[in-house]
Amino acid sequence: MHRNSHKAWLYLLPSLVLLGAFLVYPLIDVLIYSVEEGFNFASQTYFGVGLYNYSYVLHDPYFLQAVQNTFVLVIITVPISTGLALLISAGLSSIQPLRKLYQTVYFLPYVTNTLAVGLVFMVLFQKTEYTDGLVNLMLRWFGAGPIDFINGPHWAKMFVLCFYTIWVVMPFKILVLTGALASVNPDYYKAARVDGTSRRRIFFRITLPLISPMIVYLVITGFIGAFKAYSDAVALFGTDLNAAGMNTIVGYVYDMLYGDSGGYPSYASAAAIILFVIVLTITCINLLVSRRQLRD
Amino acid sequence: MNIQLQDLTKRFPARGRKAQGEVTAVQDLTFEVPDGMLVGLLGPSGCGKSTTLNMICGLEEPSAGKILFGGQDVTHLPPELRGVGMVFQNYALYPHLTVLQNITFPLENLKGAQKLTKAEMRRRALEAAALVQIEELLDRKPKELSGGQQQRVAIARALVKMPKVLLLDEPLSNLDARLRLQTREEICKIQKKTGITTLFVTHDQEEAMSISDRIVVMKDGVLMQQGAPQQVYDDPANLFVAKFLGTPPVNVFEGKVRGGRLLLAGQDVLPVPGAPDGAVWVGIRPEGFVPDQSGPVVCGLSRVEVLGRDVSIVCTHPACTADTLRAIVNARHDVDAAAHTVHFALHPDKVFLFDRKTEARIRFGTQG
Repeated sequence: MHRNSHKAWLYLLPSLVLLGAFLVYPLIDVLIYSVEEGFNFASQTYFGVGLYNYSYVLHDPYFLQAVQNTFVLVIITVPISTGLALLISAGLSSIQPLRKLYQTVYFLPYVTNTLAVGLVFMVLFQKTEYTDGLVNLMLRWFGAGPIDFINGPHWAKMFVLCFYTIWVVMPFKILVLTGALASVNPDYYKAARVDGTSRRRIFFRITLPLISPMIVYLVITGFIGAFKAYSDAVALFGTDLNAAGMNTIVGYVYDMLYGDSGGYPSYASAAAIILFVIVLTITCINLLVSRRQLRD
Repeated sequence: MNIQLQDLTKRFPARGRKAQGEVTAVQDLTFEVPDGMLVGLLGPSGCGKSTTLNMICGLEEPSAGKILFGGQDVTHLPPELRGVGMVFQNYALYPHLTVLQNITFPLENLKGAQKLTKAEMRRRALEAAALVQIEELLDRKPKELSGGQQQRVAIARALVKMPKVLLLDEPLSNLDARLRLQTREEICKIQKKTGITTLFVTHDQEEAMSISDRIVVMKDGVLMQQGAPQQVYDDPANLFVAKFLGTPPVNVFEGKVRGGRLLLAGQDVLPVPGAPDGAVWVGIRPEGFVPDQSGPVVCGLSRVEVLGRDVSIVCTHPACTADTLRAIVNARHDVDAAAHTVHFALHPDKVFLFDRKTEARIRFGTQG
């Protein structure tokens, strides 16, 4: 038994070393950076140890804006994208003709480059001196005035960002859910039909509980992914996100490191640790809630 | 309530991109399940049994023909309006619901005037659970149950709506041998207690023979024979039915009829009055051989297997279509296991003649 456990550790060693070098060590390093006050990158010196970096970050209006944006993004996109993906995959699994075609169409965004998609969205939504953009053209049919989605009011920009994020993350969710739906044993549906169960009840009482582990997985990874959003915002609004008021937490971390206001690894580290704590908390809550629901 | 099938036919479009036309799963099937009887629908895999069952319960729409329940045409009624309970081969118990919730599930679907109160549903579910003796398992999830227990839950769920017809699809195939014996008696008992008209599908002839009041034998979507199990066994209509029923299986020989005598490998073995001259298949049940020193059938002796009450004699014969043939004789007969040959007389009731081409039965003597 004892010998066996030695052997087990030996087998685990390669992955443990790699995890330690590329995951645990950087995490600890970031933690250390975040408590070193007045750290100078060039001389690698600092004045003292304390929580000033956290205090600075938490009082920085740009950071608060970034946190607000990130939370709005998370709260809007995760439920909507998961719900829509569920609807679409349920639809996909109930049709026969052209199913393959639809699957491909819905999966295309997944294999398309984020920045390229961002460019397309800009063309669709942007209002310039020459054109109001395709979306505004359609809005005009309904009598709504032209709105500048890219450089206009904050809510409009937020709308585009959410729309874009949902569109980008949905293909993967549809893929996973279509797979989950296909793996449900058709005999359950047959049994339910013999008992005269309505389609609605079959979906809510049988299908949904049976694929709920996959939904939980999608919600958790969706939350984590949305909290780490950055490239989507860059694709739509350019690199100066603070000026656009569309920064995200990861964007803030990047700006603190390399942006125009860059060169502050301590502030960046503090912001990164705050993000880490937020994601950890939300994930724990998610797991607790889903576990309780699965048990019932 | 009886079930009548009239010229029931089911055709499926052929699968695959290049395949053309249709595949006929069930062809002009006509038989009746009499009221309150337990009927076994028997046939090899892929013979259309399950398709037939699915058509009776309403999961498949027939291509042609009619299904009548108690004289009423239900061919185009949806499953829930037919009043059928169905037990699936893998039970199809909802894994996320407890046993009680599984049994209650069909009742919760009832709408309008049939709608039940919570208390009434519980009472009915407990009643069904008591019938199959699973009262102490009600709070468990299906995966915490053994195969036999899952089977009973599935039967309870099928019975809870008090259907007029119970359909079972390969109900015993997922159980081990011992449990299979026990469960088939259980099913038989429940059926007798409830008096519900029951049709069950199986590919296991022993299973069908042992508990059915009647059996219906199918092959390639076509009805081969129906009747009481013993009657079908004793009087098979064709070579397929003769071969399909009985363990050990019937021994098949190439034979000839000449002048009212049956010849096996040129040897005159049995008078078969009334049978026309020509080449025939001869089926002889293992119990049709009687050891007899002066018997006309001479076989090479391979080995003797002692089964206690009976002795199984494995031997060879030049006209036999298989490598060896098997005779089951009473242990009273003293068979010399060291001998090279063994002589048999034949029991005329256990010898069946079949046309070489159509494989249809040729009756002789008193068999007509």
